[in-house]
Amino acid sequence: MPLNPQIARPVFDTPPLDARSRALRKLVLRALDKGGRGHPGSAMSLMEIVRVLYDDVLAFRAHEPNWDARDRCILSKGHGCLALYAILADKGFFPAEELDGFCKIDSRLGGHPEHGPCPGVEASTGALGHGLSIGAGMALAAKMAGKSHRVFVMLGDGEINEGSVWEAALFAAKHKLDNLTAIVDYNKLQSYAPVAQVQELEPLADKWTAFGFAARQCDGHDVAALRENLTALPFTAGQPSVLIAHTVKGKGIPEAEDNPKWHHKSYLKEEEMRVLYAALDG
Amino acid sequence: MRKTCLNMVHELARADKRIVFVGSDLGAGTLDAMREELPDQFFMEGIAEQNLIGVAAGLALEGYIPYVNTIATFLTRRCLEQIAIDLCLHKLPVRLIGNGGGLVYAPLGPTHTTLEDVALMSALPNMGVCAVTDAEEMRRMMPQTVDWTGPLYIRLAKGGDPVVSSSEDDFQLGSALERRRGGDVLILAYGVMVERALQVAEMLEQSHNLSATVLNVHTIKPLDSASILNHARGKRLVIAMEEHGPHGGLSAAVALLLAQSDMLGGVEAPRFRAFAAPDAYAEGYGSQNQQIARMELDAESITQRIRTML
Repeated sequence: MPLNPQIARPVFDTPPLDARSRALRKLVLRALDKGGRGHPGSAMSLMEIVRVLYDDVLAFRAHEPNWDARDRCILSKGHGCLALYAILADKGFFPAEELDGFCKIDSRLGGHPEHGPCPGVEASTGALGHGLSIGAGMALAAKMAGKSHRVFVMLGDGEINEGSVWEAALFAAKHKLDNLTAIVDYNKLQSYAPVAQVQELEPLADKWTAFGFAARQCDGHDVAALRENLTALPFTAGQPSVLIAHTVKGKGIPEAEDNPKWHHKSYLKEEEMRVLYAALDG
Repeated sequence: MRKTCLNMVHELARADKRIVFVGSDLGAGTLDAMREELPDQFFMEGIAEQNLIGVAAGLALEGYIPYVNTIATFLTRRCLEQIAIDLCLHKLPVRLIGNGGGLVYAPLGPTHTTLEDVALMSALPNMGVCAVTDAEEMRRMMPQTVDWTGPLYIRLAKGGDPVVSSSEDDFQLGSALERRRGGDVLILAYGVMVERALQVAEMLEQSHNLSATVLNVHTIKPLDSASILNHARGKRLVIAMEEHGPHGGLSAAVALLLAQSDMLGGVEAPRFRAFAAPDAYAEGYGSQNQQIARMELDAESITQRIRTML
């Protein structure tokens, strides 16, 4: 299925999803299937970002989630939590079987991630526009204490409609928080319609630059490109960094790609799940 | 009271490196001495209250104890979601110092007054809410805020308020403070209304030969239920008075407490009356005291209203 012609995006020579990217997506489907609901589109666009962060960038100890020297990673777009849960399960923060309990009454894995119950979740998010301020506070704390760990905040494109994000950006630049990196999952599709229709963000990189960030852009599904950028931090010494990752909502599931109907799904039917699994097996 | 409160933050921060001050865009000169002496613990971060709360949460998650200060209405209304989620859900030790709770900013109009801050903060799980009587009591309270569990809202009065607290009182954050003992009436109040409660008690004694206990309920949440019920038992009348709207403040909390205690049943049961501001934005401007009088919350008006009940 061709991508939505209404959505303008840069053209990348995106490599096909490899076995690891497909396997992580299957973990998302596992939770979605058992939970019967979730935000699949938002998780699929985020998958290579979390994969590269946890495979190649972040310092962490899965069995000691509060290890003081860990890099802090906040999923500010909390509705993308299925991607986070998939990578946390993959890394051993909790058994993959827990994905089956997604959204269930006794589960640690809610429809938005919670700090405390769920190991590896640095902050409870779900209401949008909170994560960058919290991350900036953490980054400032690290500077104050002379600690060398870093802070990463994953933002949604719709999320940055929130004014609080730009308050946080001003703050981070003022304090020269070059230990702070924002990553925008720029899939160009909000809940209702394309970002360009609901609230245009362009020129997005220029906005971040004007707010004092060192900005780069790349293909958010190209593992090598993400790795190259996220291992070159800070982009400029003395400035917070932002990586604008151009992604596709629902990436990897043709039926869901660029399709606002797959932003959130509940009462998923067996037939729908079969389509999802088949897309990843193919 | 405000000056004392902020000076106490400076003093406490000197002894405890976990303590940081986070202001928005406060008046020139605010805490200059702290900024000069402890620059690494002093932050003035602009008119961006949502961000201030989030940053304070991030600092607290890393072990700091931020004292966040701006005008009460901007601190409570503007960033309610950040307070609820970033602070209360995470149970973080952030202290919110709200300048001018109640009618302090009456001359500046309804954008700056807040007769709902106690309700907004009390509605949030894990949040503590307090409002002391005067600057001296503030001095006694502030050291106790450092190790308070979870977030805490500190409502400030105007400053220059008469000192009616006593250094002999055993002030304990979380415990209602008995200021006067009498057998007929129990009067509950917080903040600058404690002074008026003491005046009401005196007038009732002189004009009606009624003796009143006055409890300073400086900690509105968690409410010292045991003490209030203990003192209410056997009284003819229980009065709550507050510089706050009728919903969600001390009046509502005490009404719920009494109703659930079964104390209001039977012929010997005390009657309960709340004296709070009307459920309306203040009309006109004037001073805090003028507005308090217009809302019939001054000591004479309340005494008169009690007389009509007896």
